[in-house]
Amino acid sequence: MAKPIEWAATRLRATRELTPDVRLFEIEPDRAFVTATPGSHIDVVVPIDGRPQLRSYSLIGPCPDGLYRIAVKRLASSRGGSIGMWRLKAGERLTISAPSNSFELSYGRPEYLLLAGGIGITPIYTMALALKQAGANFRLLYAARSRGDLALADELARHIGERLQLFVGEEGQRIDIAGEIAQLDRRGELYVCGPFGMLEATRRLWYDAGRPVAHLRYETFSNAGNFADASFKIRIPRLGLEVDVPANRSMLEALEDAGVDMIFGCRRGECGLCVLPILEASAPVDHRDVFFSSEEQATNGKLCTCVSRAASGCITVDTPDRMPTQRHSPTSLSCRA
Amino acid sequence: MNASKPFPLNAWYAAAWCHEIGRELSARTICGKNVVLYRLTDGVIAALEDACWHRLLPLSLGHLKGDDVMCGYHGLVFNSAGRCTYMPAQKTINPSACVRVYPVAERHRLVWLWPGDPALADPAKIPNFHWNDGTQWLGEGGTFYQLKCDYRLVIDNLMDLTHETYVHAGSIGDEAITAAPFDVTHTGDTATMTRWMIDIEPPPFWARQLGRPGRVDRWQIVTFQAPSVVVGDVGVALTGTGAPQGDRSHGANGAFLAAITPETEMTCHYFWNFVRNYRRHDAQLTKELQLAHVNGGAGVYDQDHRVLEAQQAAIDKNPRSPFYDLNIDAGALWARRLIDRMLADEQARVIANVAAE
Ligand code: FES
Ligand code: FES
Ligand SMILES: [Fe+2]
Repeated sequence: MAKPIEWAATRLRATRELTPDVRLFEIEPDRAFVTATPGSHIDVVVPIDGRPQLRSYSLIGPCPDGLYRIAVKRLASSRGGSIGMWRLKAGERLTISAPSNSFELSYGRPEYLLLAGGIGITPIYTMALALKQAGANFRLLYAARSRGDLALADELARHIGERLQLFVGEEGQRIDIAGEIAQLDRRGELYVCGPFGMLEATRRLWYDAGRPVAHLRYETFSNAGNFADASFKIRIPRLGLEVDVPANRSMLEALEDAGVDMIFGCRRGECGLCVLPILEASAPVDHRDVFFSSEEQATNGKLCTCVSRAASGCITVDTPDRMPTQRHSPTSLSCRA
Repeated sequence: MNASKPFPLNAWYAAAWCHEIGRELSARTICGKNVVLYRLTDGVIAALEDACWHRLLPLSLGHLKGDDVMCGYHGLVFNSAGRCTYMPAQKTINPSACVRVYPVAERHRLVWLWPGDPALADPAKIPNFHWNDGTQWLGEGGTFYQLKCDYRLVIDNLMDLTHETYVHAGSIGDEAITAAPFDVTHTGDTATMTRWMIDIEPPPFWARQLGRPGRVDRWQIVTFQAPSVVVGDVGVALTGTGAPQGDRSHGANGAFLAAITPETEMTCHYFWNFVRNYRRHDAQLTKELQLAHVNGGAGVYDQDHRVLEAQQAAIDKNPRSPFYDLNIDAGALWARRLIDRMLADEQARVIANVAAE
């Protein structure tokens, strides 16, 4: 039911390194620039292994000069987006979607806590500036592995001063998320963007603290999981199929590539439409969705194929396909076979 | 890209009378935005986008569950911040699920809503409408909801009262209006039309209000506050008693209040009142004044209503015919100029850059 995406032709005006592996892209639309609210993202058509694919990136800053700014972290094992983006040169043409927002900031709350981890700073940066301008009561806690990984930290310090607190993992600094939640006004909101572990921990602690779910705000695209992306195999006994999932493709994409009829909605682990039942798994299942509760994930009964994957080896799943036609030979297919 | 609308979005617009919003769901369209309004258990008003995140069913068709709204189709629940708090048949809630929230504020017995960028909604910008508070000035008005005309036609109507002579003959209309000179001044966000009619026979309505015989000085000081509020300080005082110099103690002073809210590009909600500062405890008079304005087609505003809708219908039939302006239109033209400036500023914000072909 999503609205059709409006595409825009643009030119990559310039790039600049924010940290050794985070690059800022300044994108200039050929036609009208559409102002975006804090938390908005654009989808970029990125060539990955020769085929165009969509990747979502948060917009950085209120863009008074009519340029869209995004930051992309170079990941050795990403699903290919970052490598494709990093290959782009200034002056190249780029197709992007109009900004849209699924991480909307609400105004008028008595207090806000913003949590950012690593590249997750991009939407949070824009929110912090907007809250500062609105005169809101907020703090931003920003963690990264090393000091050099703290992209945009200087700009932030300039804009929001003491409201910013930095945490450097290498130096043994950790955000006390539970303590921070305890301090937050009961009607306050928490916005978090960062690695999956940070999101998971925050969701759990928020839940444990008995806070209203609706006041925890996060967005899920480009989640990394608990395991690095690796290739693995899917077996579907009902269809007599075996599908290889390369490290840079999702399970859903690999199934689609193999001609398996799939339905889906969000493609970012939120709606639960792409779910398949797990019959057997030879390696841990890396659940990266927010559709299932942690209890549900722990049972390994089902998984969201758009984001979750097997850490390695092979996973056996079922599909809703009940077409009478006989597919491949119905020989016994098992992960241990 | 949206074609530009005839109304700015970054402004406060009257959306309802305070007494109209209670513990049930009230739907309104304000500047093309479908909104559902309701009162929380602590009395505060909330305004949400009137379309469910799931399948767009208007939330106003659902029902209140404490401080939250439950959609009447598949039961999604949204809190007053627009966040989904319940989804059927799953243990978690999709974090993207939310509906827009509109800033609202209650002031001067009206609910004001900001349809534009919530980050810019500053309650200090709510129009000055204190005459409507029900304290110093008294009167009971009402609303023409869904008046079938561009909201600017109502502003034109109120910024030029020469029409009283022709539309409201026999009550407040008077040849003297057309004969008297007027002055138009403006600031950055207001335009004021001032007209004094010195030493005239009072028209029937004002003769009754004054309640004593004699010739009068009559005034009309009409101020527009961009983009859509008009307040008219009107009255008469016995001639020679110093009203033009500021002493109105020998007169009767009223004010007509208008908050005109675009509903769509072609329709508007016209919140009106007529208040007075004399015989304030006379409930009978309050009722009479209300009926003098709106009375099943016989009131003064009913007459305007007819003219305005007929004018819009004629405009629709002749879409390419321009308007011609007269000297009497100066107040309306200043009002429109101020609206156009707001629109241009807003446009400049939206399209910060249009690159050359
Ligand atoms: S498509 Fe929505 S969870 Fe996978
Ligand atoms: S349309 Fe509202 S819950 Fe489905
Ligand atoms: Fe009139």
